[in-house]
Amino acid sequence: MAAPLTLTVNLVARFPNSVSADARPGYSGFIVTKESLTEVATAIRDEFGYDLLTAVIAVDYINENKMEVVYHAYKTTGGPGLVFKVQVERVDPIEVPSLVEIWAGADFQEREAWDLHGIKFIGHPDLRRILMWEGFDGHPLRKDWKEAFYEEDTKPFKSRWPDGQFYMAESKNPFKDNINFPKDFDPDTLIVDKEEDLYSSLERHSTKDDDGLKTDHIVVNMGPHHPSTHGVLRVALTLDGETIVGLKPVMGYLHRNHDKIGERNTYLQIIPYTDRLDYFNSMSNNFGYAITVEKLMKIAVAERAEYIRVIMAELTRIQNHLVFAGTLLNDLGAMYTPSIYAFEERELILDIFEEVSGARMMCNYFRFGGVVRDIPDHVMQKIKDLVFERLPAKTDEMERFLNENEILVARLKGVHVLSAEDAVRYSVTGPVLRAAGVPYDIRRADPYSVYDRFDFDVAVRYNCDMLDNYLIRFDEIRQSIRILEQAIKQIPQGPINSQKPAYQVRVPAGEAYGRVESPKGELGFYIISNGKPNPWRYHVRPASFVNMTALEKMCLGTKIADFIALLGMLDIVMGELDR
Amino acid sequence: MENETINSPGYDIPDDIKNNIAVTTIDRLYNWGRRSSVWPLMFGLACCAIEMIAAQTARYDMSRFGMEVMRPTPRQADMLLVSGTVTKKMLPSIVRLYNQMPEPKYVVAMGACASSGGPFKEGYNVVAGIDKFLPVDVYIPGCPPTPQALIAGLIKLQEKIDKQSIRTAPWYSKMKDPNYVPMPILGPDLIDVRRNAEIRDAAATKESA
Amino acid sequence: MFGKGILKGLSVTWKRFWDTYLEDISWMLRGKKRYYTEEGIKHRSSADTKGIFTIQYPEEQLILPEEARYLPFLVYNVDAEGKKEVLCTSCGICAKVCPPQCIWIVRSNDPVTGRPVPEPTEFYIDGDICMNCGFCAEYCPFDAIKMDHDFAIASYGRNVLNMEKLLKPSSYYEGIRPQNFAREEEARKAKEAAKAAKAEAAASAAPTA
Ligand code: SF4
Ligand code: SF4
Ligand code: SF4
Repeated sequence: MAAPLTLTVNLVARFPNSVSADARPGYSGFIVTKESLTEVATAIRDEFGYDLLTAVIAVDYINENKMEVVYHAYKTTGGPGLVFKVQVERVDPIEVPSLVEIWAGADFQEREAWDLHGIKFIGHPDLRRILMWEGFDGHPLRKDWKEAFYEEDTKPFKSRWPDGQFYMAESKNPFKDNINFPKDFDPDTLIVDKEEDLYSSLERHSTKDDDGLKTDHIVVNMGPHHPSTHGVLRVALTLDGETIVGLKPVMGYLHRNHDKIGERNTYLQIIPYTDRLDYFNSMSNNFGYAITVEKLMKIAVAERAEYIRVIMAELTRIQNHLVFAGTLLNDLGAMYTPSIYAFEERELILDIFEEVSGARMMCNYFRFGGVVRDIPDHVMQKIKDLVFERLPAKTDEMERFLNENEILVARLKGVHVLSAEDAVRYSVTGPVLRAAGVPYDIRRADPYSVYDRFDFDVAVRYNCDMLDNYLIRFDEIRQSIRILEQAIKQIPQGPINSQKPAYQVRVPAGEAYGRVESPKGELGFYIISNGKPNPWRYHVRPASFVNMTALEKMCLGTKIADFIALLGMLDIVMGELDR
Repeated sequence: MENETINSPGYDIPDDIKNNIAVTTIDRLYNWGRRSSVWPLMFGLACCAIEMIAAQTARYDMSRFGMEVMRPTPRQADMLLVSGTVTKKMLPSIVRLYNQMPEPKYVVAMGACASSGGPFKEGYNVVAGIDKFLPVDVYIPGCPPTPQALIAGLIKLQEKIDKQSIRTAPWYSKMKDPNYVPMPILGPDLIDVRRNAEIRDAAATKESA
Repeated sequence: MFGKGILKGLSVTWKRFWDTYLEDISWMLRGKKRYYTEEGIKHRSSADTKGIFTIQYPEEQLILPEEARYLPFLVYNVDAEGKKEVLCTSCGICAKVCPPQCIWIVRSNDPVTGRPVPEPTEFYIDGDICMNCGFCAEYCPFDAIKMDHDFAIASYGRNVLNMEKLLKPSSYYEGIRPQNFAREEEARKAKEAAKAAKAEAAASAAPTA
């Protein structure tokens, strides 16, 4: 959380004129002046060794008339992170230097901050909107921007109780729908954006090859409706023959305004929304959010609940990776059989989730200080059956079924994904980073919950190719089973929540960034509390979204047929990517 | 088994040929054929899509209803299963897919989001229900509907198909594309072009912020 | 040898294929029914399941765990004279805690005195917004709202639930969640006993006052 004292001294001592410690109560890190941001950031990366920039978060302090950009940098060798911030006047145009040159992984996150907060990043190579479409009116995450179905600043709404009268939100909006237009807008005179910016960012030209044959580059749009983009992702590609020479992902087709809705919700109400981020792994999402709020509230978690949390999170990881293998094979053309086998195990794991939490996918199981319900004995028995017998056997079976298959190996082996340097530069986390030979796993690098009590290895492979990316998922399943075996043996009896159940929690003012190793990579939550029942700023740092930054790097120069597999390697899930 | 569903009531078939013969009306035969091969469009939007996939897999096995043939192209699909949150950015694509589907076509709104916007209804990028644009045949509440709930909803759709008659079916009428939906446009916000005049009036009388 | 990996993989599918029949035979030899029986369904959803995995909804149904949740419902008791006693006191906690804010409670006043009475006049839940999170049931202090198990609720229209549709007797609740019901009953009895004991103690302590 807070940076160690020695470092604090260092950064301020190193840049006495441009860096100061953030002294607001409950806050930590450093405030850097806008002018020297690039210089300080370079020093943070090169001199202090914080090579992984994980999060770029914009915050609107409308009352202080300020905008702030918060950066979180970590070392891939582990340890706590370094937080630095830059503050600017909240007067348009709001301009901040871009850090894409230093950490390429800042690319999409800066675009997101431009899109939703309207912060211009000077020097950004391709600053377009990312989640909303070009031409959308306003920057929705600014605190003075109101959406069509706006009712009140914070929940609960008075119209539900005490003055409850049923109505549909549509009836209160002048446009009778979830839309809002500027005054005197006339749809007939609208000039529709033809996405010229997007296409001009994809270089496009004709070339003469060696025989003097003139060939044209063609632009292909894959998605948003495409069977193997894992949801509603769109990728615009420029092709030279079959080789990819330009690529831009277009996202936002599932942008459900998590941050905006989250800032209106009370702390408790956010939990079920986090389920719907990475909808394969609701337990991991709950986990990340719960530890972040617990950090803010400074409460301990009941001992038994810690173990239950770990058990659930690891079960989630196993089913996620099995399904990953299934869907990847689907993408490669082995339609259905592998994924049907994978879903069988997933169903059994979901049965456990349903029995403890009540729902298969949207578990809503974690509460601040613990979990909502204990694991009944018969479910514990079922977990034991799965962990000690069925899952190891089935993982073996899955490996026997697929991993030596010559077609699969021929397809995956030697297709380069990302080198270690690139992966770190592009802020890639999760299995893709580890398959590039960087043993960076938050469960080890910056242990949370009770992960430091278990004996497990960080799965790592070194070939950086697709086959390694694929096999590492199986390594991780085995490690998860190892953790589960220990957790089941060690789990103590006792209460499952250290707090009294309460629908309104008191969260002291301050900021917190909590992160967990979700099956897809680093899932972070950044929350600013001002002591009220609702967070002032609620931001999700999704693994899929940041990993996508590297897609262009991964795919340029490869054949289009490999593109689907490369995309599959990132194991993206749209709910988390677009939020 | 099949004989029972296809056989028209009111005709007594002698016992000895019961398994070989069925007397039916054209409507029954026609609807029986259609309801037993409703091909969904391979199209997933959000969390609900995962439950839709789960319903396709071994445990629930939608192929028992003739619905396992997921078509990636709308030209071959009979049913648009709107499985998840419909965002404004995505809506033009969905409407286009719908328009490209041949008649007869059905729309099933799976889950709270597709029915009304669901938990994300208040969001600025969320369409408050696909029924604002497409004619929805069956609404399946739930967030997400479990695979069993989805199948229960699809059985409802089959019941609906059973009640249709070849004589009144709109897709055989002279009208060209009876269900055509004009494409919405992305401007400062989502524009339903059928409501241009209404939007202009509302924008003119809106008090400026 | 090239192709060994593929053969190895095929051996897995081959084994899986035969597992179904071997299981069928072994169940037959033991004189038990594998399909359409509770035992069979339980076995097919346990960790030792082998071979066919399908639960043939709607003929068979997965056994829902007690905690399973779908849409909420309101509980009422039937008292000795057969009058409905709605447990809800319109305290509003569920409406306050509901994340998508899909509960509307209309409080009621006594027609004679004009004072507020606990029972709500109307209670709306927009079933197409509800995200099935279960918070309302979890935080209701009067155990008046509970999560239903009924998932086959697809309909041809939007699904706004009013009081009439929401109310279900406590016997129904006992049926779907026996353990929870027993636990709550026990707690209630203990509380009442404590109250009675306290009242008695108060009465005996100050008999003349
Ligand atoms: S209804 Fe629920 S599960 Fe389905 S897409 Fe919407 S949020 Fe996701
Ligand atoms: S919390 Fe319970 S008692 Fe209070 S209004 Fe809701 S249902 Fe009624
Ligand atoms: S289950 Fe959740 S969303 Fe549904 S009514 Fe209850 S609190 Fe609201």
